[in-house]
Amino acid sequence: MKTLLELALVLAAAAALLSVYRLIKGPEAFSRAVALDVLTLITMPMMAGLALWVRRSIYLDVALVYAVLSFLGVMALARYADRGV
Amino acid sequence: MAVNVVIGSVLVALGAAFLFLGALGIVRMPDLYNRMQAGTKATTLGNLLTLVGLGLIEPAWMLKLLLIALFVLMTNPISSHALARGAYRAGVPLTEGSVRDEYREALEEHGEEVPS
Amino acid sequence: MERAVRYLVSIAALWALWLALVGTLDPQEVVAGGVIAVLVTLVAGGAPFTGRSLRILAPKRLAWALAYIPYMVWAIVKANLDVARRVVDPRLPINPGIVRVKTRLKHPVARTALANSITLTPGTLSVDICGDELYIHWVDVQAKDIEEATREIVSGFERYLEVIFEDAA
Repeated sequence: MKTLLELALVLAAAAALLSVYRLIKGPEAFSRAVALDVLTLITMPMMAGLALWVRRSIYLDVALVYAVLSFLGVMALARYADRGV
Repeated sequence: MAVNVVIGSVLVALGAAFLFLGALGIVRMPDLYNRMQAGTKATTLGNLLTLVGLGLIEPAWMLKLLLIALFVLMTNPISSHALARGAYRAGVPLTEGSVRDEYREALEEHGEEVPS
Repeated sequence: MERAVRYLVSIAALWALWLALVGTLDPQEVVAGGVIAVLVTLVAGGAPFTGRSLRILAPKRLAWALAYIPYMVWAIVKANLDVARRVVDPRLPINPGIVRVKTRLKHPVARTALANSITLTPGTLSVDICGDELYIHWVDVQAKDIEEATREIVSGFERYLEVIFEDAA
């Protein structure tokens, strides 16, 4: 079972790298925002996995707050764009 | 080995595979809208599977992990929709190969300005 | 009376959420959660729970809402596999476009739920909603006209949401 979890970790890390590529490349601000959103969705379960690994449930709260902040960030950008800037 | 740990690990691995596919999607897809389709949706499922899998491995945390998953499930479509709408109105184009755009037609009909 | 019920439901829901998040029944947490639930409810005026939204607790609506969960999960998994297949395919077989669909749902919450369900299903993404018309970005446009697109994208969800949220049910 440990192997499966290690495989999952490798896949998630590779996914994070791919989304960082899109984050850097753009081309427009919205694509970067999407990349950031995806990066959050990848990082959250990694944080939960970390919480399990070190046996500290406090990291679950970190993951939750991270999700809330990311949601607010994306909404703020979208609203900003919608007002015709 | 306990059954819940086995099932949980399989779910975590499956979820991570979807995370990877979603990230691959945002790299490969040609325009913003298709990137959102492949990217945010596949990673949402990956996210949920991983969290539930971890919950199965550590049942004491299941409730909290499910709450986090529920939060993602409820907020994700809202932010995707807002982002797509904002991007369209800010003039982010559809890719070359797009077959149809009935949204532009409707906006023009209503006399709204469509940046291109 | 209805106002009082609304406030009480809001307090109870927020309190339960608090306790679920802290994960203990330690008296300190219980009291703190109660105080905060009351404060938030007073500030928000019981906003998330209007009298109408409590109707969802009617048994028939609740049963359909429960049945909607597995339906939705299956739709999400199926659509994810489809999009995953397109992403790994070296030719990247996509056929994207924005189509217009119509919904017969009237209630604003029902329409929101419909738009969100469509967005959660990969392959379709609600871009805008305007009266009874939704504009959907579709990765693989198959339908030729608005009726066909409506049948493909909307009808499945509509059947459930109609019973769950609409007045007529």
